[in-house]
Amino acid sequence: MFGYYLDLALRSLKRTPILTGLMVLAIGLGIGASMTMLTVLHVMTDDPLPGRSAQLYTPHLDPLPLDYKQGGDGPDASDNLTWPDAMALLKAHRAVRQAAMAGGSLLLRPAGAGLRPFNVDGRYATADFFALFGVPFERGSGWSAADDAASAPVVVLADTLARKLFGAANAVGRMVRLGEHDYRVIGVTQDWQPSPMFYADASAKRYSDGDKFFLPLSTAVAQKLDVNGNFSGWGEDHAETRMVSPTTSWLQFWVQLDTPAQVAAYHQYLIDYSAQQKALGSFQRPPTSAKLYGLMGWLAHENLVPNDVRLQLWLALGFLFVCMLNIVALLLAKFLRRSGEISVRRALGAKRRDIFLQLGIESALIGVAGGALGLAIAQLGLWSIRQRPDDYAKLAQMDASMLLGTLVLAVLAGVLAGLLPAWRACRVPPALQLKAM
Amino acid sequence: MQIGPILSTLRHHKLTASLLTLQVAFTCAIVCNVAFMVVNRVRQVSLPSGLAESELSVLKVAGIDQGENPQARHAMDLAVLRAIPGVQTAVAVDSLPLGRDDSTYGTCGSQQAWNHAMAVRSLNGVDGCVNPSVYSGSPGELSALGLRLAAGRDFLPDEYAQAKPGYVAANVPSAIITRSLATKLYPGRDALGQSLYMGGRSPMRIVGVVENLLRPRLREPGVNQYSVLLPSVPGDHAVAYVLRSAPQDRERVLASAVETLTRLDPNRLIPPDGVRTYTQIRHDYFQRDTTMIGLLIASALGLLFVTALGIAGLANFWVQQRTRSIGIRRAIGATRSDILRYFQTENLLIVTAGIVLGVLLAVLLNLLLMTHYELPRLPLWYLPVGALVLWALGQLSVLSPALRAAQVPPVVATRSI
Repeated sequence: MFGYYLDLALRSLKRTPILTGLMVLAIGLGIGASMTMLTVLHVMTDDPLPGRSAQLYTPHLDPLPLDYKQGGDGPDASDNLTWPDAMALLKAHRAVRQAAMAGGSLLLRPAGAGLRPFNVDGRYATADFFALFGVPFERGSGWSAADDAASAPVVVLADTLARKLFGAANAVGRMVRLGEHDYRVIGVTQDWQPSPMFYADASAKRYSDGDKFFLPLSTAVAQKLDVNGNFSGWGEDHAETRMVSPTTSWLQFWVQLDTPAQVAAYHQYLIDYSAQQKALGSFQRPPTSAKLYGLMGWLAHENLVPNDVRLQLWLALGFLFVCMLNIVALLLAKFLRRSGEISVRRALGAKRRDIFLQLGIESALIGVAGGALGLAIAQLGLWSIRQRPDDYAKLAQMDASMLLGTLVLAVLAGVLAGLLPAWRACRVPPALQLKAM
Repeated sequence: MQIGPILSTLRHHKLTASLLTLQVAFTCAIVCNVAFMVVNRVRQVSLPSGLAESELSVLKVAGIDQGENPQARHAMDLAVLRAIPGVQTAVAVDSLPLGRDDSTYGTCGSQQAWNHAMAVRSLNGVDGCVNPSVYSGSPGELSALGLRLAAGRDFLPDEYAQAKPGYVAANVPSAIITRSLATKLYPGRDALGQSLYMGGRSPMRIVGVVENLLRPRLREPGVNQYSVLLPSVPGDHAVAYVLRSAPQDRERVLASAVETLTRLDPNRLIPPDGVRTYTQIRHDYFQRDTTMIGLLIASALGLLFVTALGIAGLANFWVQQRTRSIGIRRAIGATRSDILRYFQTENLLIVTAGIVLGVLLAVLLNLLLMTHYELPRLPLWYLPVGALVLWALGQLSVLSPALRAAQVPPVVATRSI
């Protein structure tokens, strides 16, 4: 029976090729535009560390004075931690693992001839950083807490940078000149690039290249290395002491908490810490302003998706909706025009169900064809997005789940668009129509 | 033309007609708002910077020898750059309009305003205080950039001071501000000779007012021209050289500048994306907006196209369906233009219903966008314009089916279908 209905549907579509083509085009455009934007949103809000993200949390304290007013277009000054607070959380050691960090960009002077100096982006962090985020090592290892305490001049390089500097030779043990200082390479990581780079400062590019080097945070502070990102101050500002001042926030902090009990205990610890600081007079805000965000919650809080991308998605969905309305109206007109034919079939014994099935298959066929076209249009759309200079653009690839989603959406759209007209058509009273013939 | 019969026919096609009405309504709502967004973005993209845009080329250069004196290096570089054939002038600046490197300072127009801002520890909402962008540059900046003085004079040679490395501006005695900043800080007064209180420095005297100078980074409309020029020579190792030449010489001048500077000292950084004509800087800054404008226009046209398609397709069906009754009407005396007008009126009714609903939806959609995307309020005149466009679109799309209907000969009435 299905084959017969398919045949009927194909015949019917062939009878009005222009209209069928236009309906397929409309649904294809709608689906193509929607899937392009859904894919972009999907890659932008994806989990940067699958499997590990559920255990990662970032604590936030609010050391700002009560009368501090946030600048209208600047980042939130309490998004980052101050040096004394970060060190206190680190020493308290209340989580399974914890690390403080900040981004930096340094001038690298290659020792060998042939390479010109260039700037590289990297991260200043405390020893637990690698274990906390599960950074895979190719050679060597990260530094120890003792290196942190001693502000040791050591560095961990990412694979691409190590290769660029030393070729295939083992980089561990070699020296690298970054900025004005020499560092000994103690480890090489595999290239590791969570996307978005959730642990970076709010003003950093979150979808660009990963870190190329890692230095102990204490070394960076001792040598007063330049820090990328937002330094927000609310007290007296002296260039010499800015990094370690209790009134300048600039550090990111992440902890690993494995069980809900640990999460609750850590949150309580943050509140207690704030209360203690308030009692000491260094905090002014209520202790309950201390917050603990999970990784995905933090990304939602940071709201990384640009407004333009959201707007484009809504526009595409609006477009799809209008296309659907259009197709419903056209199919309805088309099916109702065949009232005579339907009535004859009904009079010959076809049940309503049969009519419904036949017309349903016809509309689903339009949906499938539109979906196939939509898929092609979406690939074209994604390709054009990848040509854009935005830092998230190169991520715009369709994965298997989005591919499947497109097909499902297309068939669903087609069937939904056909459902109402098919239902209306199969309810045509046959006797009346037959008489009119 | 009698509307009664049309209405009663439409009642037979309630569902189809109302679907088409809905489609027109949504199209009207979306297209009105999209048109408004396009106009806003175009206005933003075409904001004049105040510079002689077509004559400027920019090179970002960073020295990497921490021991040397950057200002001596810049002076040497500029001398070499000015010698390149075709270069009229060259200056060193810390930032440029639409260059994204923005330094802002809390600035007030009077001592009282400054004291008040200090007392409440914020400039936000203090009358007479704003956060303008600050530009510093080497002597000759005004004429090199092509800035036009509205009043006052350029800086004198002895007003220039050298900024320390890492600092945006030295302590200088004078400042030049934009006309819009002058109006904001000194309302109703002549800005020339007034004192400018900025970031805790000793007050500076306003010696000139320039017509226009856009900020390095745009904000909400109204404050985009709040800029201050200081006679402070950039002291950072990283600096931007601006070269002025004839428009057609820019590419050649840039290439030759990179080559000359590299030869002078290979041990410095000239990032590839730091070598651009000002036209490219503007283009890069608005890249997202121009893409968005293209996308918005494409989707509005797509919507109108799909709607026209729907109207034409449906009208086609109706004409075919009613061929017999059209024949009967023709047989009993209706003229061709009667038939034509019948279908046109029918379309007019449907589209009008759609527009009435669409205007409501457009306002609702705008309210939604205002709360979520900080879009301004939709000016009401967009609505009648949108309505006219949809009426025209409806009439155009129904024309061909209606003409076909008008061609139906009366003899059809005698045939059975």
